[in-house]
Amino acid sequence: MKFLASIILSALLSYATGLFLPWWSIMIVGLIIGYSIPQKRILSFVSVFIGVALFWGLFAYFISNANDHILAKRVAVFIVKKEDPIILMLITAVVGGLSAGISAVTGRSFALLLKK
Amino acid sequence: MKYFIFAISLLINASLFYVLNTRELLPIPMGSFLSVQEGIWQNAEPVDYDFSENLNVKGINGKVDVYLDDRLVPHIFAEDENDAYFVQGYLHAKFRLWQMEFQTFAAAGRLSEFVGDKAIPFDRNQRRMGMVFAAENALSAMEKDDSTKHALDAYTNGINAYISTLNTAKLPIEYKLLGYKPEKWSNLKSALFTKQMTYTLAGYDKDLEYTNALKVLGEENFKLLYPELADSLYPVIAKGTAYAKPLADLIPPADADSVYFKRNDSIHFTQDFKPNPSNGSNNWAVSGSRTQSGKPILSNDPHLGLTLPSIWFEIQLHTKAYNSYGVSFPGLPGVVIGFNDSIAFGFTNAGRDVKDYYEIKFQDESKSAYWFNGEWKNATQRVEKIKVKGSNEILDTVAYTVFGPVIYDKSFKNDLSNEKAYALRWVAHDTSNILKMWLLLNRAKNYEDYHHAISYFNVPGQNMIFASHTGDIALWQQATFPLRWKGQGLFVMPGYDSSYMWKGYIPMEENPHALNPASGYVSSANQRPTDSTYPYFIPGSYEVYRAITINKRLDAMTNITVEDMKALQNDNYNVFAELARPILSKYVNRNELSSEASGYLQIIESWNLMNDPTEKGVTCFNAWWDSLYNNIFLDDLQQAKIPLVRPEKFVLLEALTKDSAFRFIDNRNTAEFEDLHYQVTSALKKAVVNLSKLENEGKLEWAKYKNTTVYHLLKTNAMPFARSGILNGGGNGIVNATQHDHGPSWRMVIEMTQPINAHAVYPGGQSGNPGSKFYDNFIDTWAKGEYYKIFFMQSSDTSSEQIKWTMSFNPAS
Repeated sequence: MKFLASIILSALLSYATGLFLPWWSIMIVGLIIGYSIPQKRILSFVSVFIGVALFWGLFAYFISNANDHILAKRVAVFIVKKEDPIILMLITAVVGGLSAGISAVTGRSFALLLKK
Repeated sequence: MKYFIFAISLLINASLFYVLNTRELLPIPMGSFLSVQEGIWQNAEPVDYDFSENLNVKGINGKVDVYLDDRLVPHIFAEDENDAYFVQGYLHAKFRLWQMEFQTFAAAGRLSEFVGDKAIPFDRNQRRMGMVFAAENALSAMEKDDSTKHALDAYTNGINAYISTLNTAKLPIEYKLLGYKPEKWSNLKSALFTKQMTYTLAGYDKDLEYTNALKVLGEENFKLLYPELADSLYPVIAKGTAYAKPLADLIPPADADSVYFKRNDSIHFTQDFKPNPSNGSNNWAVSGSRTQSGKPILSNDPHLGLTLPSIWFEIQLHTKAYNSYGVSFPGLPGVVIGFNDSIAFGFTNAGRDVKDYYEIKFQDESKSAYWFNGEWKNATQRVEKIKVKGSNEILDTVAYTVFGPVIYDKSFKNDLSNEKAYALRWVAHDTSNILKMWLLLNRAKNYEDYHHAISYFNVPGQNMIFASHTGDIALWQQATFPLRWKGQGLFVMPGYDSSYMWKGYIPMEENPHALNPASGYVSSANQRPTDSTYPYFIPGSYEVYRAITINKRLDAMTNITVEDMKALQNDNYNVFAELARPILSKYVNRNELSSEASGYLQIIESWNLMNDPTEKGVTCFNAWWDSLYNNIFLDDLQQAKIPLVRPEKFVLLEALTKDSAFRFIDNRNTAEFEDLHYQVTSALKKAVVNLSKLENEGKLEWAKYKNTTVYHLLKTNAMPFARSGILNGGGNGIVNATQHDHGPSWRMVIEMTQPINAHAVYPGGQSGNPGSKFYDNFIDTWAKGEYYKIFFMQSSDTSSEQIKWTMSFNPAS
């Protein structure tokens, strides 16, 4: 239950804060969720990773699909030297998930530190 | 343990943030770059995006409606013309902001600000050439005139109104790639744009190389290799036209023979960043007496570096005062090439030399005084501050003399000294208001209006073509061209003597022009404007062959239609090869050729002389001719190891046509004597090596060899934003002037019927966003030689099916 809540909350909060703050707001979201939802560190990481990776990955997919992948094909060449929009979406998902997931571990570790 | 885990995770966390948020380790900050809410994904425009908008903006006096058609061409309907310029600025910024900024940063020598220290030599060169100085002079003239000032102010305000709506997510993708943000636009930036255009079109010079050539080759050989006129010249103004006697007395200074014409100087450094000498164009206008409709047809295709985003942005401006349509420069208000209800206008480059160099002797290190008319004269100094990304600001002091800025001195080119520096005299530095010409052309109704409008234009010299609904056709070669005595400015001139300065400018009425000539057409293709009877000395870089094809074709046409004009713009006939191939055929020693070489010879001799995409003959012919050119000239050009300029290709062709014993044929580096038979045969043998390599790679067909490419403005740094492998024909010296990355940047054919029958295309798209389907959607049409029928919207067309979106601009209080 906590695991699922953590996934959903991290996705929703990332979206909401991203409306006002730069990209690193997902890291803040990770910190907060890690801090406030008690679960094993590894589960904090995995759940937040999944939540934000899903948000970034799917959001990128919907944008790109509406764009007939015109842009993703071009930008993918810069990054992986290949006209492959799916790889670019996967990289996007991983970058988002990793940034938030690691932050969740930091948040959780901090919470554990305070807990005597 | 938990402290340790916290510390480790915090460390990893911080490192990850650092890696993803900065450009220190990865070239791109992947966090912000890939962020779905602010990064590149936000540049992926939905293919069914709705451009309709209702906006409240400050800076307009009345409501402005913009109708966007199916090609994303805006048709701006405003009562007040300054409101139209405001909205033009807004739209230029909306669709082309990065490009506008990049081009004006380049003009101002500010690329180092976001590219870093590798752009310093470029920036210094721009500053030392006086680009900013020139723009400031232009701006002062533009702002002195109320109508241009108001137009510019409105345009600038429109751009800034758009910039103020931007957030990180909406930034053009190039800012995200390079990591900087746009600054506010200013009128100076528009002035800088005009100077960059001037540099592109009137910035090419050969004075330093000619000075070297005079020393290395001697006066007689110099004249042979760099003649003033081509025998095959087909001038803009028909041969035999009578010219009045020159107004001015043009005699060289008394000591010119010794200190100028017999100058024994050599200049070792090379000039960098020269503009492409192929920058040029075709235009012609045929009178109603020769057309099927009985109305004139005007055609124009400017040849420039092919870029994405395109240099051009298509637009219609409909105001109370006028209704004009055509292409505009993102960076300037108004239509630059196009038409209105009454007239059409277009341009080709004049290619005239308006740039000279003077040798300067400074008193000392400080560059504060130079020797002039027998005394030390103070130089003003301009300290250029160049900001450099990731490094300290650089200061570059440029001395300004009576001629202009001292572009080359020992602080810039280390083989120079206090006693030997070079000042630049360039018409681009003069104060003038060229924007006024365009604002007046947009509203011109007849020949008199056109004639008045072009009188405001001083540089870069253009062949300004005109056609009107009432049946007039005209062409003026217009600019303020320096008045020179014969030979003046070909070489570096002494800078200590005022008698070597220009004597003024050729009066406008003496500029080459034609109004309704007997031939029934006017045309220009960057060739020399006049034959040798024109009474002024007019050096320049002139093309020879396109004009021959155009004039021959036009002479032969009757009952001309728009389709005929389109076909002529796409004509791939190679008149140079027609004249050169017989020489190759005549002098090649066939019995010395391998069977492979004979095979290529066979391809060349059976070629139909068309630079069509699948022809192999053109690739083979070019390889052979280039190889012959090198056989004949390289030994002579490289003998002194100082920079010389390659003679034009007509020079060799005409020399060999007249004289099979042309004195440069023999290779000076060998003991044996090489004759023309030997050189032609050896050239083919050398070419065969390359040709067989090309054949193995499948690149013998012309289009595959040429590989037409429209580069992004960031060139090879942004290949994913370029379009390469475009399979079309054409080439250098061909009416369809498409080379590898250079050629017709806009093709238009305008028939002055009522309503006006207009067709046009350019190799790009209206949007500058590589994530838009409107980024490069015209390229395939352009490559096939096809056109779009222009929707020249009238007030009654607001419910036309061609209108896809509407933007309304309402004045905000």
